[in-house]
Amino acid sequence: MAETTYLEAIRQAMFEEMDRDPAVVLIGEDVGVYGGAFKTSEGLLARFGWERVVDTPISESAIVGAAIGMSYAGLRPIAEMQFIDFIACAFEMITNFAAKSHYRWGAPVPMVLRGPSGGGVHGGPFHSANPEMYFVHTPGLKVVCPATPRDAKGLLKSAIRDNNPVLFFEHKFLYRRIKEEIPADDFTVPIGKAAVRREGRDLTIVSYAAMLHTSLEAAANLAREGIEAEVIDLRTLLPLDRETILASVRKTNKLLVVHEDTRTGGIAGEIAAIVMEHAFEDLDGPVRRVTSLDTPVPYAPGLEEYFLPNAAKVAAAARELARY
Amino acid sequence: MATTLTREQHLELYYFMRLNREVEEQMVRLFRQNKIVGGLYPSLGQEAISVGTAYALGPGDWIAPMIRNIGALLVRGFKPRDVMTQHMARYTSPTFGKDGTSHFGDLKSRHVISPISMLGDLIPVMTGIAMAGRYLGQKIVTMTWIGDGGTSTGMFHEGLNFAAVQKAPFVLIVENNQWAYSTPVEKQSALRDLADRAKAYGVKSAVVDGNDVLAVERTTREAASYARAGNGPVLIEAKTMRMLGHAQHDAAEYVPKAMLESWKKRDPLDRFEKVLTEKKLWDAKTKKEIDERIAREIRADVEFAENSPFPPPESAEEGVYCEGCHAIEADWQRPKEEVMPPRSSVKAEWPLKSYAANGARPPAVKQAASKAKPGKKTARAAVRVRAKAGR
Repeated sequence: MAETTYLEAIRQAMFEEMDRDPAVVLIGEDVGVYGGAFKTSEGLLARFGWERVVDTPISESAIVGAAIGMSYAGLRPIAEMQFIDFIACAFEMITNFAAKSHYRWGAPVPMVLRGPSGGGVHGGPFHSANPEMYFVHTPGLKVVCPATPRDAKGLLKSAIRDNNPVLFFEHKFLYRRIKEEIPADDFTVPIGKAAVRREGRDLTIVSYAAMLHTSLEAAANLAREGIEAEVIDLRTLLPLDRETILASVRKTNKLLVVHEDTRTGGIAGEIAAIVMEHAFEDLDGPVRRVTSLDTPVPYAPGLEEYFLPNAAKVAAAARELARY
Repeated sequence: MATTLTREQHLELYYFMRLNREVEEQMVRLFRQNKIVGGLYPSLGQEAISVGTAYALGPGDWIAPMIRNIGALLVRGFKPRDVMTQHMARYTSPTFGKDGTSHFGDLKSRHVISPISMLGDLIPVMTGIAMAGRYLGQKIVTMTWIGDGGTSTGMFHEGLNFAAVQKAPFVLIVENNQWAYSTPVEKQSALRDLADRAKAYGVKSAVVDGNDVLAVERTTREAASYARAGNGPVLIEAKTMRMLGHAQHDAAEYVPKAMLESWKKRDPLDRFEKVLTEKKLWDAKTKKEIDERIAREIRADVEFAENSPFPPPESAEEGVYCEGCHAIEADWQRPKEEVMPPRSSVKAEWPLKSYAANGARPPAVKQAASKAKPGKKTARAAVRVRAKAGR
């Protein structure tokens, strides 16, 4: 077992799936000769050739549209958005074409749409987006947000083998910042299953992607004060693993949701509603949330820091909740 | 070039065009009886395009008909009952009542992609199928249709450019029926021929009389063979006229009466019947036989549709995801080893044809003052250049 970065794990998943199945192809801007803006696809063209690694014009709609067409012909395309912010340009193709296809006429779209999302790297308003909730609101899609190298690899493999359009949101802050020993065998991580990353009895912190690490840091600090937080990594936002969330809330009786996405319409609101519907009697305090502000992502480091959640903000909310 | 179609093929073209028209007229009757759940989008006067273009392709080719291309669906083997049950939202429809109108298809056997209401989307999708077909070693062509109004969408332009750079074996039929709902084509585009849109993308194009089924069929067949040979996509503008409103509810009072009158004389079915008579390809008896067959088929299918149940309400919850209900299978027509390492491996460097765009010659480096004659003009030009640079 070797220490692998989050970025390398994604690259390995694509390599191994393309080696395993000639139906898997990669399509996107600068993914071939250049190896992708973040070098996620470095070496793929050299190994798999021009037919399987396709550099495209700057046309996000056409990239997704062509990937849908390839899916109809029995391929399993991976389409890359150079930065996930540009997924807005392909919104129509994803929400109207791909998402509704199986429901309305029984035509599956086994496509993966992946790209770098998230802030914390001073990308400013157009290179920092967390667009997951636009798509969690769209029946027919699956939305995956891995937080660890092992999950990034295992979930991407599952996404490629899935018969539905899967949006795979990589967090670019994690690309080269986290490393993990991951198994050498052909493992997958199932879509739709959350993971308990830390056990605790006093409150539940639900999070995903980069904020998982922020939440774990906060939980470690809280433990020194005698507050034991249970930390859940959602891994998949759609379909949402309600059972893991509800089981934890029934145990700790308190819930804090932490996400980097902006506050209004974030997944925290949906999770709060689910807990109200199914575990209201188990709650000993209000559901709390720590999120980014309801603003675009600002550019200046001081502004972005203020905008984003951090371990101190999470710990403060947890302390307050623990007092109930 | 004259048509190479046989007598039987001529009669088949007539059958599909007449069937197209009769099915739609039957649906107007059903609409008036409140049996059509949603809208009804007529193709009266445009049957030669739906039928002629679809007829020109082979069964292995993929098509994505638009809302006014019921004729293309019929050519591909769908039955009047499929069209009727769709419009009537019955459980027996190809989509089990999940979608209406001509929004249905068949991936596995007929290679028909369901349209979507957002115009232009089918262009990149059909480009993707064309790319996949080439990758899989199939010798297929893909085709879709778009109206004059649809050529104004961003997807049309992104898609056509994409198809062009990929040299996709793809044929695009621009069905110019002069009206996008109530807006005339001159308010969609300043071009005289929408075929000229293709020039901007380096795509081959043609203009055809959309009310002449033989010309439509021939032009499409030539385009398909050009695209199939790997020369890149082709755009065909078929000029026609929408003889009714945008949909059944629209009386189209905004269309000048004289315009309708002039196009009525060019009715594609009347014209083709005349051709069949002039070429002595049929007689009154043959026509009667075909027309009666169509009437029989429609009667039986109306009965089938009217006796079909509506979907059980709770089935609304089913089918959002494919949970293994469909197998994803590619039809490989070449050895897979060709696309797998080591045979697939290449040097990661662009094999560019030239050092300027697409084989163009790089601009010559001007030798200052070598050719220029001294004079006021040159001096003024030099001043302008400096002024520009100073900005």
